[in-house]
Order: sequence, then C-alpha cells, then structure tokens
Amino acid sequence: MNAEAKAVPAGHIEAPSSLRMIATLGLVAMSSGFLIVSVYQLTKERIAHNERRALEKAIFEVLPDAVDRASFAVEENGFRRLEADEPFVETVYAGYGDNGALVGVAIEAKGQGYQDVIRVLYGYSPSKQCLTGMKVLQCTDTPGLGDRIREPEFRANFEGLDVRLTEDGARLLHEIETVKGGGKAKAGSTDGVSQATPDWRIDGVSGATISSRAVGDMVNASAQRMLPLIVAHLDQLKAKT
Amino acid sequence: MAEKNLPESLDTFVKGLWRENPVFVMLLGMCPVLAVSNTVKNCIAMGLCASFVLIMSSTLVSLFRKHIPKQVRIATFIIIIATFVTIVDYVLKAISKELSDALGAFVPLIVVNCIILGRAEAYASKHNVVKSFIDAVGMGVGFTFALLCLGVVRETLGMGTIWGIPVFGANFERWSILVTAPGGFFTLGAWLLVFSWVRERGRTKAKGGAA
Repeated sequence: MNAEAKAVPAGHIEAPSSLRMIATLGLVAMSSGFLIVSVYQLTKERIAHNERRALEKAIFEVLPDAVDRASFAVEENGFRRLEADEPFVETVYAGYGDNGALVGVAIEAKGQGYQDVIRVLYGYSPSKQCLTGMKVLQCTDTPGLGDRIREPEFRANFEGLDVRLTEDGARLLHEIETVKGGGKAKAGSTDGVSQATPDWRIDGVSGATISSRAVGDMVNASAQRMLPLIVAHLDQLKAKT
Repeated sequence: MAEKNLPESLDTFVKGLWRENPVFVMLLGMCPVLAVSNTVKNCIAMGLCASFVLIMSSTLVSLFRKHIPKQVRIATFIIIIATFVTIVDYVLKAISKELSDALGAFVPLIVVNCIILGRAEAYASKHNVVKSFIDAVGMGVGFTFALLCLGVVRETLGMGTIWGIPVFGANFERWSILVTAPGGFFTLGAWLLVFSWVRERGRTKAKGGAA
C-alpha cells in the first residue's frame, strides 16, 4: 500500500483535511468505546456469577461431606467471619455437614506452573487430619499434558492424603511430596496395604511432571502455613453464624 | 474466475471455503491454527469467534468504506476489529468459563489475525456490503473447517478422544507429541501436502479434459 502511495506524486493525491481524518477516527473510537462498555455492563454480572459458581462447585467438590459453607477471612490472629460474598485478600471456606458441624475447610493455594500461575482449591478435614480433595481452579498448562492434573487419577491422590501435624502443632509431620508417576505404589512396603495406610506422597502424572510437582509444592506450602493456624483456631471456624 | 458457472454469491462463498482457503491456500492466521487446534472443542470455539469478528468487521468496513479516508483506513479497521474481539472475549467468558480458560490468550489475539485485517483491506473496502458479508462467511467457514481438519487429527491421535469422548478405549497409547506445538506443525504440514496434491490433481485433470 505504501508502494501505491509513492507511485503517485504527492501533489496528485487529494488529501482529505486533517479534520476529517481526526473526525473519522474519533467517531469510530467513540462508538467502539460505547459498544465495549455496553457489552461489559451486560456481561459483567454473568461473568462474576460464573466465577462464583465455579468456586462454589469446587468447594463442595473438595469437601464431599459438606452441605453448607461460610467464608472466613484469614487474619494474623485467626479467622473472621465474612458476609455473604464480601471480597477479602485471603479467604478460607468452612464446610458444614447435615447437623451443622464443621466437616472441613477448603483452602486456595497457588503457585507457578509450567506456563502460568496454577490455582487449586483443596479440602482439609481437621478431625481426620487428612485432605479430602483437590480441584484445579485455573491452569493454562498444555492441554493433554500439563493440563492432566485436572484428571480424576491425579486428584484421587489428595483424597485421604496424610497431613498430620507435629506434636506442637507447628507444621506438618511429613512434607507433602510429589513422586514420579507410579512411584508411590513401588515405594510402599506391601502393595496391597500401601493403599490403605496413610500416605503423604502424591503420584505425579507422567507427561505433566512439572505441573503435578507444582501442585504438590503449592499445596504443601499452603498446608504448612494454614493447617497449624486452622487447628489452633478451630473454634472460630466452628461457629457457623 | 467464475468458470464453474456458479451463481456469483455462491462462488464468493466457495472461494473462501476451498479455492482461497485462508489456512490451506493463503497460509494466514497460523498462530491460532497451530496453538488452539489441539482439541475439537477449542477449534469450534476459536472458529466461531474468529468468524464472528470477521463477519462483523467486514460488513462494517464495507458499509462505511466510502466515508473512511484512505490515510486512516488501517487504523479504523483495527479499531473496528479490536472492538468486536473485546466483545467476543466478554461474551465467551459469560457463556462458559471453562471454554474461555481453554482458549486463553488466543481470543484477544484474534485482533492480529491476518485473515481479518486482510479481508477488510483486500475485499471489504472495495466491495459492497452483501458481497463482503458472503466473502466473510466463506472465509470464516473455511477457517473453521481448516481448524477442524487439524483438531480432529490432533485430538484423536494425541488424546484418544473426540470432543472429550474416548474413541479408542483405555489401552490406547496417546501420541502426546501431536497435542504439543510441534504436533501442530506436523499436522499442518501433512494437511498442506494433501491439499496441494488434491488441487494439483484437479488442475492436471482440467488440462487433460481441455486437450
């Protein structure tokens, strides 16, 4: 297009006035802005709703025994009950069973994955001292490879994962460890029993080594910090209202 | 060009789908083609998004083609295209969070998809609204078709599924490389070979018929 313009001597082009060009661009940009803002307004609620629903679904997925939940803000000296959907920097979600008793706490963890930040939600049962589930909230790793941390086989690792605390309740007795795919079964003393005995190891997904390791590490880091806090201030979470 | 005796509008449509297919013939828009064609679902979503932007921008560009000064036309086209891409991005997020997560950065990147700016500049700014619309639909369908060609191969062989449904049973060894970026290039190369061969054969046959 430049060549075309150069071929004709500059004087021969009937250049429209600058005003007309500015007016055209301004008009187009203004209508564009108007359109985008209208669509944003129209979809805003629906997008927020989708995100809330995805989180809500994830909470009950990682806390299978829960029928109701409440949000708590994580503060230095414990937990503070949050109103319905009041946003807060760091939030945990307490799940309650049929009889209104606390059955578990859903905690969000995040860390660097293969491509971008991975965010997961995991459930913790203070009474059983184990994790009850894990759900990937956000992961942009390669579909078919890193993305396979979303699959049930990998998620099953976290159901019943041993996260007992040390005597003084300051940290985990065993660090959560990610082992090579299938390494968990081999490392167990007797294969049949190893399934039932408490385990603090996670089987990595072959093809998703980095992503599964990242999830193991982020859950470990988060559990090391949050679980002692939860155990120390369990009473605050038991109060549903 | 209209040697096939097709009505002109149908010819314009078929041109985008086959004779001047944006991906297989013009080799445009390779970035999304290679990046999101790993599953059939992503292909359909990306194809629909790009087609929507293409149709809307082509129609608008053609509608206002006489009022846009030549000197600022590219800037104007880009604003129009970017507007519709942003709209698509919001709407997609509102429809399904999972789908917009899967397409990731590639929806905003439709802005720089050369097919769309290319059609606006090469076709829509020189033809009337109806023709531009049909051309955009043809190109959009052609783009989606090409994406699907890649997606079907990559998903079946790479993950053993179509639209997430397993097709080969549990013992199928996934051909993982096809899901990754190099697999995209391999698949595209294979399809280009097939398409060139089919076209070449068609040309030879036409020649033989005339002689």
